[in-house]
Amino acid sequence: MDIISDYDTQILDAFWVTVKLTLLSGLFSLIWGTLLAAMRVSPVPLMRGFGAVYVNVIRNVPLTVIIVFCSLALADVFGVTMGAQGNFDALYFRLAVLGLSAYTAAFVCEALRSGINTVPVGQAEAARAIGLSFTQVLTIIVLPQAFRSVVGPLTNVLIALTKNTTVAAAIGVAEAALLMKEMIENEAQLLLISAIFALGFIVLTLPTGLFLGWVGKKVAVKR
Amino acid sequence: MTSVLYDAPGPKAKLRNVVYTVVFLVVLALGVWWVIDKLNEKNQLEWVLWKPFFTDSQAWTTYLLPGLGETLKAAGLALLIALPLGAVFGIARLSDHRWVRVSAGAVVEFFRAIPVLLLMLFANQFYSEYTGISSEQRPLYAVITGLVLYNAAVLAEIVRAGILSLPRGQTEAAKAVGLRKGQMMGSVLLPQAVTAMLPAIVSQLVVIVKDTALGGVMIGFSELLVERRTLASNYSNVFASFIVVAVIYVVVNFILTSLASWLERVVRRGKRTTGAVVGVGEVDDLSTGAVGGGVGRLAGGVPPRVLRGDADPGGGGGPGDGRGDVGK
Repeated sequence: MDIISDYDTQILDAFWVTVKLTLLSGLFSLIWGTLLAAMRVSPVPLMRGFGAVYVNVIRNVPLTVIIVFCSLALADVFGVTMGAQGNFDALYFRLAVLGLSAYTAAFVCEALRSGINTVPVGQAEAARAIGLSFTQVLTIIVLPQAFRSVVGPLTNVLIALTKNTTVAAAIGVAEAALLMKEMIENEAQLLLISAIFALGFIVLTLPTGLFLGWVGKKVAVKR
Repeated sequence: MTSVLYDAPGPKAKLRNVVYTVVFLVVLALGVWWVIDKLNEKNQLEWVLWKPFFTDSQAWTTYLLPGLGETLKAAGLALLIALPLGAVFGIARLSDHRWVRVSAGAVVEFFRAIPVLLLMLFANQFYSEYTGISSEQRPLYAVITGLVLYNAAVLAEIVRAGILSLPRGQTEAAKAVGLRKGQMMGSVLLPQAVTAMLPAIVSQLVVIVKDTALGGVMIGFSELLVERRTLASNYSNVFASFIVVAVIYVVVNFILTSLASWLERVVRRGKRTTGAVVGVGEVDDLSTGAVGGGVGRLAGGVPPRVLRGDADPGGGGGPGDGRGDVGK
C-alpha cells in the first residue's frame, strides 16, 4: 500500500480539482441553461429557434471536441486568456469550465423545459379562470410545480457533469483521470490504482444521487 | 400558440412579441458581427483555409472519411457487444432470486457511476500489461472495451425499462397459458421489449459515437478528432477543421436522433405492438447512474400503453384504460 502514502496528497488534490470543475461548471451551466430554457419556452419564435438550434447542435457534438476546441482554437488561435495571463494551469482550468458549462447548459435547458412541460395546461387555465394575473399564474402555480419536478432530471445532469469533468484531462487539466493515467503508466499496480479512482468517483456520485434522488421523490408532484 | 405559461397572444401581446423579436435580433446580429470581426482579425475566414474541404478530395479521403470510419466502427462494435451483455444484466436485475438481482444490480450501478474515460484508460493499460495485443491495435480494443463496459450497464437499464414498460397483462397471459419463466421471457416479454427499446438503443448510439472522441485524444485511437489534428497540421487550419469536424458529428448524430424519434413514433402507433416504448428522452436519465432518482422516475415516466386492437390508433390510453401502470 506504499502507493497510497506516496501519492496521497496528489490524489486528494486531483479529486479536489474534479470537485471544483464540477461545482463551477454546474453553477455556470445552471445560469446559462436557465436562460436557454426561458428562450425555448418564450412566446417569441426567434428566441425559441435560437434555443432549439443551440441545444441540438451542442448535444450532438462530443464534449471532447468542445473542450479541445476551447484549448486549440480559442486559446491558441484567438488568444483568449480568460483573465489568466501567463498562468497556464489557471487558463486551461478556466477553458475546461467554459467548455463544460457550454455543453452542460444544453442538458440543463432540456431538463428545465421538460419540467415546465410536466405541468398540465389545466393548472394554468384553472388559475386564470379564478382571476389570477400572468405573474401570479407563473409564480404561484406553474413554476413551483415545475421546479419540484426537475430535481430528479437536474440531479442526473449534475452526476453526468461530475463524470464528464474527466474530459478536461484531454487539455491537461490536472484532475483525477489525468493523474490516474500518469499513475497506471508509471506504477505497476494497475488494479489497485484503478480501484482507488473508481472508488473516488463512486464516493462523489453515489451520495449526490442518493440524496438528491430522495429529495426529488420527496418534493415531486404526485399526479 | 398556447402553452401552460401564456395564452394565445392578443393585439397587445403580439406587439410586445414583435418588440422582443427586434431587440433579440439586434443582440444576435451584434454577436454574429463581433464573431465575424474576430475571425477576420485572425484571418480565419480566408478561403485558403477552407478550400481543402471543398476542392481537395484528399482532405476527405485521407483524413476525414477514414477517421469517421474508425469512429463508426468502434461505436458499432461497442453497441453490438454491449447489447447481449446488457440484455443478460437487465434480465438478471428482474430475476426472482434475490442474490441474482442484487449482484447484477451492483455490477450495473458500479459501471454506470464511473466515467467512461477511466474504463478506457484501465483497458488500455490492462491490454498493454497482460495481453499480446499489438500496440497499433490496442487503442481500438481499449476504446471498445471501455465503451462496452459502460454501455452494457446503460443498456441493462434500457432492457429493464423495456420489459417493465410492457402491459402487465402480457405476463399474466403468459402465466395463464402455463409458460415457464424462461419461455415467458424468451417468447413473450423479450421480443416485445426489443421493439419498445429500439428508439432508446439508437439514441444510446449517439452517446457512444460521442464518447469515441475521448479515446482518440486520451489513448491515441485514430478516430475523427485525431485525424482532424493531422489534417490541421497539414493545411494549418485549426479553426476551420474544428468547424468541419463538428458539422460531421452533428450530421451523423442528427441522423441517428431522427431515426430514433421516427422509430419511437412508429412503435408508439404500431397496431402490431402494445405501444409500449422506452422513449428517446429517457436515455439521458438512464446513462448517468443516478441511483436514487433514475429508476423510479423511469418506471413512472413510461407513457400509458394501448393494447393491440384498441379503438384509438393515436396512442395514449384513454380514460377507463384499466390496466395498471407497471411500477407506479
